[in-house]
Amino acid sequence: MTAHDLGERIDGTPTHLVAGYDARIGKPFPFGATIVSGGVNFSVYSAQATAMTLVLFDHGAQRPKAEIRFPDEFRIGSVFCMTVFDLNYENLDYGFRAEGPFDPGRGLRFDASRVLTDPYARLVSGRDVWGAEPDWSDIYPYRSRVLSDDFDWEEDRPLRVPAEDLIIYETHVRGFTRHESSGVSAPGTFVGLREKIPYLRELGVNCVELLPIFEFDEFANVNSNPETGERLLNFWGYNTVAFFAPKAGYAATGPLGMQADEFKTLVKELHKANIEVILDVVFNHTAEGDERGPTISFRGLDNQTYYMLTPEGYYYNFSGTGNTVNCNHPVVRDFVLDCLRYWAAEYHIDGFRFDLAAILDRAQDGTPLPNPPVLEQLAFDPVLRDCKLIAEAWDAGGLYEVGHFPNYGRWAEWNGKYRDVVRQYIKGEPGTIGEVATRIAGSPDLYWGRGSRASVNFITAHDGFTLHDLTAYNDKHNDANGERNGDGGNDNYSWNAGAEGDTSDPGVLRLRMSQMKNALTILLTSQGVPMLLAGDEFGRTQQGNNNAYCQDNELSWLDWTLAEKNAELLRFTRALIAFRHAHPGLRSGEHARGTDYVGSGFPDLSWHGTEPWQPDWGPFSRVLAVMWCGRHAKGGTVHDKHVYMIMNPHWEEHEARLPDLPAGSEWRLFADTAAAAPGDICEPGAERPLIHPWSYLVRPRSSVILVEGDVDPR
Amino acid sequence: MTSQVDLREAADETVIAISGELDAAASAGLRDRLIPLIPGSSMIRLDLAGLTYISSAGLRTLLLVYRHAQAEGSAIRLVGIRDEVRFVMSATGFLALFGIEEIR
Repeated sequence: MTAHDLGERIDGTPTHLVAGYDARIGKPFPFGATIVSGGVNFSVYSAQATAMTLVLFDHGAQRPKAEIRFPDEFRIGSVFCMTVFDLNYENLDYGFRAEGPFDPGRGLRFDASRVLTDPYARLVSGRDVWGAEPDWSDIYPYRSRVLSDDFDWEEDRPLRVPAEDLIIYETHVRGFTRHESSGVSAPGTFVGLREKIPYLRELGVNCVELLPIFEFDEFANVNSNPETGERLLNFWGYNTVAFFAPKAGYAATGPLGMQADEFKTLVKELHKANIEVILDVVFNHTAEGDERGPTISFRGLDNQTYYMLTPEGYYYNFSGTGNTVNCNHPVVRDFVLDCLRYWAAEYHIDGFRFDLAAILDRAQDGTPLPNPPVLEQLAFDPVLRDCKLIAEAWDAGGLYEVGHFPNYGRWAEWNGKYRDVVRQYIKGEPGTIGEVATRIAGSPDLYWGRGSRASVNFITAHDGFTLHDLTAYNDKHNDANGERNGDGGNDNYSWNAGAEGDTSDPGVLRLRMSQMKNALTILLTSQGVPMLLAGDEFGRTQQGNNNAYCQDNELSWLDWTLAEKNAELLRFTRALIAFRHAHPGLRSGEHARGTDYVGSGFPDLSWHGTEPWQPDWGPFSRVLAVMWCGRHAKGGTVHDKHVYMIMNPHWEEHEARLPDLPAGSEWRLFADTAAAAPGDICEPGAERPLIHPWSYLVRPRSSVILVEGDVDPR
Repeated sequence: MTSQVDLREAADETVIAISGELDAAASAGLRDRLIPLIPGSSMIRLDLAGLTYISSAGLRTLLLVYRHAQAEGSAIRLVGIRDEVRFVMSATGFLALFGIEEIR
């Protein structure tokens, strides 16, 4: 030991004996439970509570072992803080009992009969094993626990991959490896995902975006499957119970309370593989629902602060789930900020995708704000500076802000318009060619000045059809969700290629395969940040269900046997991803100007039709080609080859004449979605010369990628 | 819960066997008990064959002891880890932080 043992402090001794426990006035910051010299510091906010009690349980015990009322002198402002000494914190559950008025008309809903979960709980127990029947009589279902937050990150640092170089892979921790075919040691867990890192590397994605991993209750769902009677769980987890706690049920070590270490280890290992981690975070509502919902935490601690309330004290419901978090309340702003800083600093998270983010720009009465403080604060926060911030720029209250989400030059958006128009274009809808060009160019109409890096491009996401189902179903088939097919979106812009659902018709199957390839081709050659839905690379199906939030079964789980069954699609996707990585010209970050500003003889971006330099923007035109000049890659700072992509969603073939390249160069074929595998694609760099170097026959409903190559001197 | 420590010394190595269940309560005194047993510059084997459970605090204590030995210049290895303990150590990332000696 050194001379200064910092473990010993002059405030490390008790001053009070409260309910038989040695205690001392605590520190208000940080909120939550923190291990300090000799004890644990507890700090909790409530502006309206008249009294607060710390409730302690032996871990898992039915009855509290202590109720320690915060002495009046332990309150600083509206923060109750106390250090309790000599606790075996590892065998401890803690919660709070808040006393105060129950006066719903004034927005006050105190209920001292409840033991409340700490909003800052970093570890929560109660749903330790996914789907294990809870003890419904438990007086304290979601138990706050004390976390040892020391962790050896070794040399791990944020990867700081420029946003435009990301290829995001959206997945669900449990769904990714729960299926028996995953072959991992602990299916459905952080460990399982970790064991699949080699697969992700081979696929080539460099970012995983995880559906919510904050503690939630999978049992918070009332519906059952009408056919089987089976109880349906909340599989997706957009229903947060505790914002600082990783979901125990996603950890193989959840029953031992080691989910934090297990998740940190996953992040560390993903980083070692050069894969970033983005979390899907849900700040728009909590698991407490409306006035009929359970009192878990926020409602009982400070209902007025945490929720948007009508003048009569009811809950505004801009989230479509019962309540709306009051994100622009100064205290809640701090809460959101504390939470994200915590995940960025303590879990090395690389970015966040905000569910129904439009809610974050609503004032306390629900009015949209021009300059919402919480968004501005997040945009300029020093700890979050290198984190990606991605908004789902709409909400369930009718706010749709794609293209004009308050961004402070910092926020990116899920580009819902990209999804919608690319889907329509691929199925051959007329009148979409102009918009699809704008989307492929990184949506300058929406993000001019912010760069194409502000556009997260996607065709499929967890919410909606999978890529396979987009090509196999005209209509959603959500009966298994127990809502008579009334849930889920109806604007799917999908096309079943000639038969609804399962079919053995080889023509239909072949067409679906090439439609999937067409979608992937456009996605991975568009400017912006492409996002893939996990499993789409091998044709995952949800049997037409476009809202599988409650399907904890084969409908949602990745069936890894498809990787072999649809090896052709997987190979195609891998090669396309490799192609994107190999061509910085596709990842400029800034929008093209349409001019030649480097003297290459070509504009940075040019449009073409069946004739070069002559795009046909007419209402019934369908063939479109785009050329990315390689000399303009990354604003002309990097040398790349020219890339030419031709799309023909028409049901007839078209001969496309190709633009001339400078002497010594010629077009070579990288991919043709109409060609039979393995001729459909190749490894980047192994492109083949064309039979007719000046033109290409683009077959019906196909896409072609050509790349500049050197003329063979022989 | 309890844990037990046994010491065996041979000419060229020290074997410290930890058995039982290592949680926060058991960890409290363990570090102070183990550290005096660690000699400088020799081979130390931490024999965990009798360790049936290790908690989060236990893992941290074990790592602190391990690193203390390394800092003292000892070659230190864990041996005999049971499968269930090994799984927990692997899942939480601790396994990779230790030198492990597999028993053939």
